[in-house]
Amino acid sequence: MSSLNGLDARTVAVWTGKVRLRVLSKGQGPALLFFHGPWGLHWSPFLDALAQHYTVHAPEHPGTTPGAPDDIGHLDNLWDLVLCYDELLDALGLERAPLVGHSFGAMVACELAAAYPRRASKLVLIDPIGLWRDDAPVTNWMMLNTQEMAGHIFRDPAGAAARVLFAQPEDEAARVTAQVGLTWSMGATGKFIWPIPDKGLKKRIHRVKAPTLLIWGAEDRIVPPVYAEEFARQIAGATVETVKEAGHAPHLEQPAAVAESVRSFLRS
Amino acid sequence: MKISAFHLMPHRELPADFEKRYPSVWVTPPWWELADPARVGQYYNWTLDELLFAARAGFDGVCTNEHHQNAYGFMPSPNIMGAVLAKATNDLPVAVVQMGATLPTQNPPVRVAEEYAMLDCISGGRLIAGLPLGSPMDVNLCYGITPMEHRERYREAFALVLKAWQAREIFAWNGKYTQLAHVNLWPRPIQQPHPPVWVPGSGSISTFDFAVDNDVCYCFLSYSGAKSAKGMMDGYWNVVTKKGRDANPYRAGFLQLVTVAETDAKAEELYAKHVEYFYHKCLHVPAVWFSPPGNQDYRSLEATARNPIRRPENPKDLRYRDFVEKGYVISGSPATVRQRLQEEVVKDLRVGNLMVLLQIGSMPHELTLQNMDLFSREVLPSLRPVWENEGWVNHWWPEKLRARFEPAPRMAG
Repeated sequence: MSSLNGLDARTVAVWTGKVRLRVLSKGQGPALLFFHGPWGLHWSPFLDALAQHYTVHAPEHPGTTPGAPDDIGHLDNLWDLVLCYDELLDALGLERAPLVGHSFGAMVACELAAAYPRRASKLVLIDPIGLWRDDAPVTNWMMLNTQEMAGHIFRDPAGAAARVLFAQPEDEAARVTAQVGLTWSMGATGKFIWPIPDKGLKKRIHRVKAPTLLIWGAEDRIVPPVYAEEFARQIAGATVETVKEAGHAPHLEQPAAVAESVRSFLRS
Repeated sequence: MKISAFHLMPHRELPADFEKRYPSVWVTPPWWELADPARVGQYYNWTLDELLFAARAGFDGVCTNEHHQNAYGFMPSPNIMGAVLAKATNDLPVAVVQMGATLPTQNPPVRVAEEYAMLDCISGGRLIAGLPLGSPMDVNLCYGITPMEHRERYREAFALVLKAWQAREIFAWNGKYTQLAHVNLWPRPIQQPHPPVWVPGSGSISTFDFAVDNDVCYCFLSYSGAKSAKGMMDGYWNVVTKKGRDANPYRAGFLQLVTVAETDAKAEELYAKHVEYFYHKCLHVPAVWFSPPGNQDYRSLEATARNPIRRPENPKDLRYRDFVEKGYVISGSPATVRQRLQEEVVKDLRVGNLMVLLQIGSMPHELTLQNMDLFSREVLPSLRPVWENEGWVNHWWPEKLRARFEPAPRMAG
């Protein structure tokens, strides 16, 4: 375990050592898993707020860990990915924990909770993908340029939250790393959902037994808020909280409010 | 030297403000607003007539290609066009160059092996088997193939097709993307061990390696002319040398836009608007669609980000004279075209298999035939003997057609 900007960082190899996942951890208290979205793992004020009460473990999705881009080639489909995360939880010594995820990461958390209902003590899905309605298609952000993408993800595409995802460092090497990292992260997560992010969760979602909270940015332009009803309808007892003045990443645009919602849900 | 006529089968009558009104010529152009099936039927028939005209005028090959959901060139099935061409040219020593059926989107890919074998049988062994990777717009955006799997699927399909043509025994194919328990191709191609294979590309380094390792003809399909292709093709020839292959110019193909008229001034008068239509409308595609995330592997992505070598000027800012000056289009009198093609394209890039695009954008049928006619009479004969004195064999051309104009090329002045 090493330290990275005040976080514990360790790399765990799963899938007979072929897939290396860096896990960033911080905080005190019971363990909590956070699965990031398609744009890479950015430690944020939201995770800091959760880390005041929980030990937050945030794995990087396969292929997005620095130095291990080609590990993604060892996973062919969503089934492989879910099994990888089952192995990761074993490696972290976690039998059962609250699973929190955003966007693609929320879909992963939901799949994990459906495949292994006993693994998830609670489930928090922030603007998840994974279902499809013909009357409200999910936007394929991988077809958008950076500017359009920021406009779709964020309520305020010029705001501080957008600058975290679409950083343009002055330094040449840092700029290349950020640019390549962002594209590759979309490619490596996109591999599991292209071209339509409906890979059968609708058949498995009934297996989710954990109490579930759905958090949705009121102005989500990637996954329209009608999907909140769709998820709530398919997960028994799920509750929905809509976050005002937020788009597809409410935990980045309204970190305090979303962290508070998550905390009170996990406490209840 | 072999010279083939290439055709895209574009929409020839897009509205003047097309590129301002619509976000893209590819994937999303609305059919109901822009096209009429009866008129499109006319385009297909013109396209076939133009390629048949080229075959009769003495071109060595006629080329078709596959693209989807666009107004830039819409032959979703090049093999349907190829079948017509194969049948109608049975009395001519012309190659049917399929550039071709996109491998990663065929399910199962033995379909390409079957259809190409049919074309080879129908044409009496005159097929050239182009095995393209396909553009990201076609393969990822229109046909739903995951960008990160695009190349891997291609390589598996390529190996399967080559084996299906050649295997003496029935075999099982237990691939990652295709599983077939009994591969036993009917029919098999006339050409043995298999028809010549061309791999079209757009300058990606990994395709150079693949082409050289598999000993195929690498074809650079560029719309930015020979000057900007020079670095790319030098890179290809370096790989050829590094991997111990000979410098046979027939290992390389290149596509060039060409327009010919009596004089340079006449060429501008006749063709300027069609050239501008092509670059301003037919290539109107959002830049990110050429490389959706995952389509480039990590190393290429890093190389591109670190060294953005290919930041060509925006063609929408250029006019006819710029396109000609930069060599995107070689246009002018027969003397101008002969000289530029020989110097800039054939010799500088070391190209043995030249493809020329003579129907460009909105160019009407009659003008296309005129361009083809002038090219075949005044330009083509002078190109044929270019590599003659070096004694190379074009292994990437149907054997029965290789010696067509050798050793005594038919010269027209």
